[in-house]
Amino acid sequence: MTLDDLSRTTGEWLRGVGQMSDVVLSSRIRLARNLSDRPFLTTASSSDRTEIYRAVADAITSTSAGQDGILIDVDEADVLDREILVERHLVSRQHAGGEGSRGVSVSADETRALMINEEDHLRIQALRSGLELDALWEDINQVDDTLAERLNFAFDRQWGYLTACPTNVGTGIRVSVMLHLPALKMTKEIERVARAARDMRLAVRGMHGEGTDVVGDLYQLSNQTTLGKSEREVIESFSQVIVPKVVEYERAARESLSQSTPERLDDQIWRAYGVLSNARSISSDETQAMLSPLRMGIHLGRFDRFDIATLNELFLHTQPAHLQRIAGKSLEDEQRDVVRAEFLRERLAETS
Amino acid sequence: MSFVCQRCNEAKATVHITDTVPQKREQHLCEACAEKEGVIVKPHHTTNEILQQFIKQKAGVSVSDDATCPKCGLTFREFQLNGQLGCPNDYDAFKALLAPLIERAHMGATHHVGKVPAAAGPAAQKQAGLFRLRRALEEAIEKENYERAARVRDQIREMESA
Repeated sequence: MTLDDLSRTTGEWLRGVGQMSDVVLSSRIRLARNLSDRPFLTTASSSDRTEIYRAVADAITSTSAGQDGILIDVDEADVLDREILVERHLVSRQHAGGEGSRGVSVSADETRALMINEEDHLRIQALRSGLELDALWEDINQVDDTLAERLNFAFDRQWGYLTACPTNVGTGIRVSVMLHLPALKMTKEIERVARAARDMRLAVRGMHGEGTDVVGDLYQLSNQTTLGKSEREVIESFSQVIVPKVVEYERAARESLSQSTPERLDDQIWRAYGVLSNARSISSDETQAMLSPLRMGIHLGRFDRFDIATLNELFLHTQPAHLQRIAGKSLEDEQRDVVRAEFLRERLAETS
Repeated sequence: MSFVCQRCNEAKATVHITDTVPQKREQHLCEACAEKEGVIVKPHHTTNEILQQFIKQKAGVSVSDDATCPKCGLTFREFQLNGQLGCPNDYDAFKALLAPLIERAHMGATHHVGKVPAAAGPAAQKQAGLFRLRRALEEAIEKENYERAARVRDQIREMESA
């Protein structure tokens, strides 16, 4: 398997399946780990870094943690490939844009991505479509156990797993769910929900995590504290309290829009379809914004020109790096918008 | 061209939106109003910003800011600047300075609860287990669930004598 094979598919988290997938686009869990006998990356020399990379990569590739996938040397990878990894949510933006020895091990089905030398020596991540936190935890917990047989992780009895930034110390866990909340946005209830989430010490962000804007009504919710609560407690608070609550609000808002202003709702959906199937130049952000009402329309049974699988394919393949990979060449911004519009018109003509 | 926010009519509009659906409409808002309208959701604070904030709040209390980790050579001041520690030993070397910051960043938590690596040995596993149970006991008492409290107490005794 190569990165090229990957970029032609949509990846696990965009399969559009799983619990509550009408609102929950995807879920993810990551664990932060560091080797006990090595400095953190801020003070590591470049030879420390290379040795850490080798030790961690060896442990991954020689065990079940990485045997079915590929190890990508991010430092050696070209810019477009790095961007592809970011768009597929396999590495963070910081990791793609970083410096020095670093990499990622990606499982064949893309449900697992182990980042080496990101902010910590190792970040074990698992991701899936829909709300599937229990399955993710089962997988990630096992990977962690397997790697702990080969690697000595920095751990302190009082503080738990030691991390480069003290905000991750303890379990080192971050649970994130990507939620599609177009109706809460339209009814202007979104800020109330976001505030409630923040009061619970959750981070509310855009699709690509820290410091990114909300595009296409996709909001990422994640825990911020990692000390004093077990992994299971954090996961349960998401899967049993937080997510079901937000999903309930969003569904109620969708229902109320369908009841009170069906014409307005349909108008939004079909206008968006009109833009996507007729535009001669369209940016990535506008594409995402237009796909949002269509995603909701499909789930509400108000739009049937194509299904969720097609929508998710368009969602991923119109992002800058994927689009350029499909076009087979690098494109400047403006040119890219024209190519994107052509791509959309062609794909939508096939489906209608 | 400079706009004044259409919502509060006070601050300078820095967020400009052109709606195309349901009809073409332009909006010019200041950041605060845009956030209230749900047009933008600010990333709130990045984790580093939160940490920096804690560090600043505590700055008056911190004393020996030239404390240095003997293993990696990082000084506490360097940590204050970028929010990143230099090596696992820093948690020991700067313990007195870090403890209040960690406590604040984690809503008052002072001890790890959860997974313990097998390599840390049974003693560490036991300690983490006991900590979790003691907290469960406190919670049960707080909620006046004495039946549960009694069960947890028995579990604690059992674990302590094991």
